[in-house]
Amino acid sequence: MSSQISGAGDGAIVLSARRISKSFNGVQVLFGVDFDLRAGEIHALMGENGAGKSTLVKILSGFEQPTSGEIILDGHPVKLPPNGAAEALGIVIIHQEFNLAEHLTVTESLFLGREVTRFGVLDRKFMRSETRRVLDLLGSHVDENAMISSLSIADKQMVEIAKAISRDARVVFMDEPTAVLSREETNFLFKQVRKLRDQGTSFVFVSHKLDEVMELTDRVTVLRDGQWIKTSPTKILDGESIAQLMVGRELSKLYPAKREPNVDEEIVLSVDAVSTGYVKDVSFDVRKGEILGFSGMIGSGRTELMEAIAGLRSRASGEVVIRGETVPSGDVHAANRRGLAYMTKDRKSKGLLLNSRMTANLTLQSLENHGKLGYLSPASEAQALERARRRFDIRVRDGNVVAGRMSGGNQQKLLLAKVMETEPEIIIIDEPTRGIDVGTKQQIYHFISALARDGRSIIVVSSEMPEVIGLCTRVAVMREGRIVGMLEGDEISEQEIMRYAAGLKKKAAA
Amino acid sequence: MDTSVNEETRDVRRRSWRDIDLRAVAPFAALILLLILGALVNPNFIGLNNLANVATRSAFIAIIAIGATFVISSGDLDLSVGAMVAFVASLMILFMNSGVIADPALMLTAAVLFAVVAGSLCGLANGLITTVGRIEPFIATLGTMGIYRGLTTWLSQGGAITLKDPALQEIYRPAYFGSILGVPVPIVVILAVTCVAAFILYRTRYGRHVVAVGSNADVARYSGIPVNRVRTIAFVIQGLCVAIAVLLYVPRLGSTSATTGILWELQAITAVVVGGTALKGGAGRVWGTICGAFILELVGNIMLLSNFISEYLIGAIQGTIIIVAMLVQRSLVRKS
Repeated sequence: MSSQISGAGDGAIVLSARRISKSFNGVQVLFGVDFDLRAGEIHALMGENGAGKSTLVKILSGFEQPTSGEIILDGHPVKLPPNGAAEALGIVIIHQEFNLAEHLTVTESLFLGREVTRFGVLDRKFMRSETRRVLDLLGSHVDENAMISSLSIADKQMVEIAKAISRDARVVFMDEPTAVLSREETNFLFKQVRKLRDQGTSFVFVSHKLDEVMELTDRVTVLRDGQWIKTSPTKILDGESIAQLMVGRELSKLYPAKREPNVDEEIVLSVDAVSTGYVKDVSFDVRKGEILGFSGMIGSGRTELMEAIAGLRSRASGEVVIRGETVPSGDVHAANRRGLAYMTKDRKSKGLLLNSRMTANLTLQSLENHGKLGYLSPASEAQALERARRRFDIRVRDGNVVAGRMSGGNQQKLLLAKVMETEPEIIIIDEPTRGIDVGTKQQIYHFISALARDGRSIIVVSSEMPEVIGLCTRVAVMREGRIVGMLEGDEISEQEIMRYAAGLKKKAAA
Repeated sequence: MDTSVNEETRDVRRRSWRDIDLRAVAPFAALILLLILGALVNPNFIGLNNLANVATRSAFIAIIAIGATFVISSGDLDLSVGAMVAFVASLMILFMNSGVIADPALMLTAAVLFAVVAGSLCGLANGLITTVGRIEPFIATLGTMGIYRGLTTWLSQGGAITLKDPALQEIYRPAYFGSILGVPVPIVVILAVTCVAAFILYRTRYGRHVVAVGSNADVARYSGIPVNRVRTIAFVIQGLCVAIAVLLYVPRLGSTSATTGILWELQAITAVVVGGTALKGGAGRVWGTICGAFILELVGNIMLLSNFISEYLIGAIQGTIIIVAMLVQRSLVRKS
C-alpha cells in the first residue's frame, strides 16, 4: 500500500496523495492527481487559476476531504482531520488571506488554542520568551508584544511562519506567500524557508511567480485543468518550459507592443502637491492615451495616493484637476462624474460582492445606466452582462454563478468590466494581475493596451516590476510617500526602478 | 452553431432546477406544512374566515417586519420598533384629541399625515445616530427604544391614551374593521406594502444598494455608493412601516398605552429571519418576511384551537421557531 516512488532526492516521502479526485456540486475539479513531498524539500505546485492547486492543498491539509483516492502520511494511509486539526500531525497551511486575529498580540497569536498554563493561570512570561525564541530563530525583529493590527503585511507573514514552527510543523503549505511582499521581504522570507528546509521541514510553495519558483524550489509539480501534468526537479526546467506546461500551449508575447504617447496630447489628469496620510506633496500629470506606471515597495503610499485622487480618501492638501475641473476632496461621485474610476487591488474584500451574481456585480457602479427614476431594467442589465462577457472574455459554465465561486482570473476580468461600465476616461488600476494565472495576465495586458489606444488614460499601480516595465511608457517610483523618480523610455528598467525605490537615487526634477 | 446554442440553453435549464435556492422556498414549505397540521388539529381552522382572521391579526407584525427586512438587509438592526409603535400611536391620538381641526374627515387626514411624519422622523433619528454617530445599531436602537418607551409612559402618565371624539372614531373604524371587495382592509394593506417593498428591493437602484451595503460595505463604498445615506434611508423606511402599522392599530382599540407593542421588535425580527433574510445582511426576502409573520400568527392560532398546548406557552413556541429556522437555514447553506 505504501508508496515506493524513488527519485534523485534524498529525503523520505513524508506526505503523498494517490489518485486524488474531487468534485464540488457534481463538477469535478481534480482527476486522479498524484503528488508526493519529501522531507526537507521545497516543492512548487504550479498551474493556471482553476487548475486545482488550491483544492489539492486543501485536501492535503485536511480542509477538504477527497471524493476518492488516498492520502499517505509517513507510509500509512490516513484520513486527515478537518478544520485545521491536522496541525497536530505537523501539517500547517499558511493562508493567502492571513488567519491572524487583528486584536491579539504576537505572543497570543502564536499560542492561540494551546495556551500554556501554570496552576490553571496563563503563563505569560514563558509564552513571551518562547515567542521571542522562535522569532529570533527566524531572524525577525517583530516585537512579541506588538498587536497584530500594527504589523506590516510582511511581518504578519513572519508571525504566521513563526506560528508554524512553534507547532513543530513538518509540512508547511504556502499559498502565494510573496504576492504582497516587496523584493527585499521576499528575499528574507526565502532565506528563512531555506534554513528550515535544511533542518528537515518540507514546504509546498504555490505561486504564480516563475522566477521565484526557479530560485527557491527543489521540485516542481504542474497541474492543468485538474490533472497532474508533470513532476520534475526544478533545475532541469526553465521558466519558459514551466509556463508551457501550465498553459499547454506556447505563450505568445506576454505584453502588447508599446505605443509612445503623443507629447502634444492634452493633459487629462493633473495632481498638484497632494498630501494624505502617509503621502507627502505628490504632483504628476497624465496625458490622454497614456499608460503611466506607479512602482515602489509595498507601503510606499501608492494605494493611499490613488484613493485620494479617486475621492475614496480625503486629502490633507493639494489639488486634483480632471480635464480642467478641480475635484473636491473625498468625493467619489465628483471624481466619477468627471470620468475617473479606480479599480481596487483587493477584489475579494473591496471589489466584488462574493455572494452576488455576475450581473449584480457588473452593474453595481453604473446602475443609473439601466433604467429611469431609480427603476432597473433586467433586460438592459442582461445585455450589459452579455457585452461584458464577450468584451472581457469572462468564462463561466453558468451565468448565474456567484462571484465568490469564480476563479481569480475571471473575478479580475469581472472587476475590470464593472469599472469599465462607468465609461471612465481615466482608469486607475491597482495591481491589475494580482494572484491570477499567466494566460489571464496576458489578456488583461492586452485589454489595458487597447483601452489606451482608444484614447483613455491609464494609471497602473503594480508591485510586479516586469508588468510596469512591459506596459508603461512612463513610470513613477514612490518611496516613503513621495514620488522619488519619474522614468521614461529607455530609462525604464528593473535596476533603475530598484535604485529609486530603495532610496539609492533621487530625482533631479519634478 | 445552431446546435451549440441549443446545448447551452438546455444546459442552463437543467442547472436552473438545481439552482433553486432552498432557503427561499423553505418558509413557504413550512407554511404549507402548518396549514396541513392546523387542518388536522381542528377542521374549523382551514375555513376562509379563520384564515382571514389570522392574516388580519398578523398585519401589525407583518408590516413592521417589511421595514425590518430593509434594515436587516442593509446590515443593521432596529430594536426600537415596538416602542416606536407605542410612541407614534400616542402622538397620533393626542393630536386627534387636541381638536385643532374641527372637521372629522380633515382631522383624520391631518392625523394620518402627522403619524407618517412622526414615524419617519423616529426612523431618521435611529438612522442618523447609527450612521453619523457611528454607534452600533444594536446599541443605538436599544437607546432609542428606551427613549420612545419612556416618552410614551410620560405622555400617558403610566395609563392609557384614548381617542375621545366619537365622530372621529366612527369614520376611522373601517380602516381596521372594514373590507374592500370582501377582503379585510388590513390584508389589503399588507399586500400593498409588500408589493411596493418588493418592487423597491428587487427592481430599483436603491434596493440594489441596500443589498450591496449589507453584503459588503467596503465593496459598496468603493463602487461609489453613499453607504451612510443608504443605511439611513432603510431606517426611515422602517419608521414609515411602523407608522402604517400604527394607522391600522389605532382604530382597532381607539386607545394606546405604555405597554403597547412590547416585544414586537422580537416578533418582527423573527418574521424576517424565518422568512429567509440573512441576519448578517446582504439578502432580503420581502415575501418570505410576510410568510414568516403569517407563520408566527398561525402557530398562535393553532395553539388556541387545539387543546393540548397551553396558550400561555406561545412566547416559548415562537422562541423555538426562530432557533429552528436558523438551524434549518444553516443546514440548507451547507448542502448547497
